[in-house]
Amino acid sequence: MGFVSTIVAVAYPVWRYLIPPASAEPATQSVVAAQASQLKENSGMLFKFGSKPGLLVRAPGGELHAFNAVCTHLDCTVQYKADTSTIWCACHNGMYDLQGNVISGPPPRPLERLVVNQRNDDVVVSRA
Amino acid sequence: MAQIIAWVDERLNLSGIRHFIAEKGVPVHTQKLWYYLGGLTLFLFMIQIATGILLLLYYRPSSSEAYESVQFIVTQVEFGWLIRNLHSWSANLLILAAFAHMFSVFFLKSYRKPRELTWVSGAFLLFLMLGFGFSGYLLPWNEVSFFATKVGTGIAGAVPIVGRPMLRFLRGGDDVSGATLSRFYALHVAVLPALTTLLVTLHLVFVQRQGMSVPIALAKRERAGERIRQMPFFPDYILRDVLLWYVALAVLAALAAFYPWELGHKADAFAPVPPGIRPEWYFLAMFHTLKLLPSHILGIEGEQLGVLAFGLAGLVLIVIPFLDRRASDEQPSPMFTLLGVLALVYMFAFTIIGYFAA
Repeated sequence: MGFVSTIVAVAYPVWRYLIPPASAEPATQSVVAAQASQLKENSGMLFKFGSKPGLLVRAPGGELHAFNAVCTHLDCTVQYKADTSTIWCACHNGMYDLQGNVISGPPPRPLERLVVNQRNDDVVVSRA
Repeated sequence: MAQIIAWVDERLNLSGIRHFIAEKGVPVHTQKLWYYLGGLTLFLFMIQIATGILLLLYYRPSSSEAYESVQFIVTQVEFGWLIRNLHSWSANLLILAAFAHMFSVFFLKSYRKPRELTWVSGAFLLFLMLGFGFSGYLLPWNEVSFFATKVGTGIAGAVPIVGRPMLRFLRGGDDVSGATLSRFYALHVAVLPALTTLLVTLHLVFVQRQGMSVPIALAKRERAGERIRQMPFFPDYILRDVLLWYVALAVLAALAAFYPWELGHKADAFAPVPPGIRPEWYFLAMFHTLKLLPSHILGIEGEQLGVLAFGLAGLVLIVIPFLDRRASDEQPSPMFTLLGVLALVYMFAFTIIGYFAA
């Protein structure tokens, strides 16, 4: 019994030590992702949304869309593909449409959508 | 020299070792070439230890300095390029040798009774080698390794129930970051070497205790009274081993000198994934399989099913000696041979397709 308690007394703090602490940084709610005038039609750009990458897309029709740029398959960073006007993940060839829905490939879920607002020339992206 | 040996012998009594060296033999038969693969794997592992220790003198394990320190090693430190290239090339050849060793042991059914534990320790050693490859890949902190680690840890995260905690444990948080680099560094230079040293020692003790296995057909003839010719382990066999090590060293040096390992661009978490990204060749078959799986199969997420299937395959690999009852009874087991051939064809085909598809 004494031996078991010694093992537990040693193993428990080590086990707890190995688990990384929850991030102290609060989840980002809103950022200025870009200047609207700098984003051409049918193009996309990555921006920093807290600790995650975000993707801002200006569709061929001119409307703006923003997403959490982390692929729902295995966490790669997605990018905009102008020739097909789709969002593409280079890791496993996952394809999403401009609503973030999966068109083809292995991603199991749509991309997380973010809310886009324009304030003068600033494109403000917020969590939905 | 004789005086030194006599001095040590007087104090430690080396008669047991002397007797072992004098008596130990290696069976001579048509399949004996495969015996050398284990020694070759061990030799390459020793190269890894030596070059790894040298790299440690300059490498800095932080996200702001890792890439620059490797750049410093290959551009500023004298022969730094050679040490890094040797380490990278030897790692790849080591995994190739380990796989070749495993398949040769598999097809010769050398895992059969009484060598089950030798096989099990070898299977775990192969997993450790893959762990070395995976953790070491991130250490230069370049673009390709960063995203490969995202995918690799993402695969661990796809395991049902325990996946999420496992992913956080591996990454040191929710994302691949400097915390991941610190963990992978600790794994690569401390945890894995300690475990490997322990297992290699066990593996070698098992091999030495039991001697070399001979193919089933030959063992049958031996039981019928035929005497199999033996080659003295020392010096005949060991000299042949060393000769092969020299050849391996020459190949390694040539590869390191003429085909330098690229460093690429520094990792940037906010850059898009470069097209054509792929992991090291030994993970390509798995990578390509996951690429082909549809998002959902029978209501289960495709990658979850894929990860479970790979986990199951790993488990089957470990317990093969206990499944192949015919081999344990010294009978041919063609079903297991077929299983090995299918596994080999799958790995070959998907590695090649994965290479060109990326």
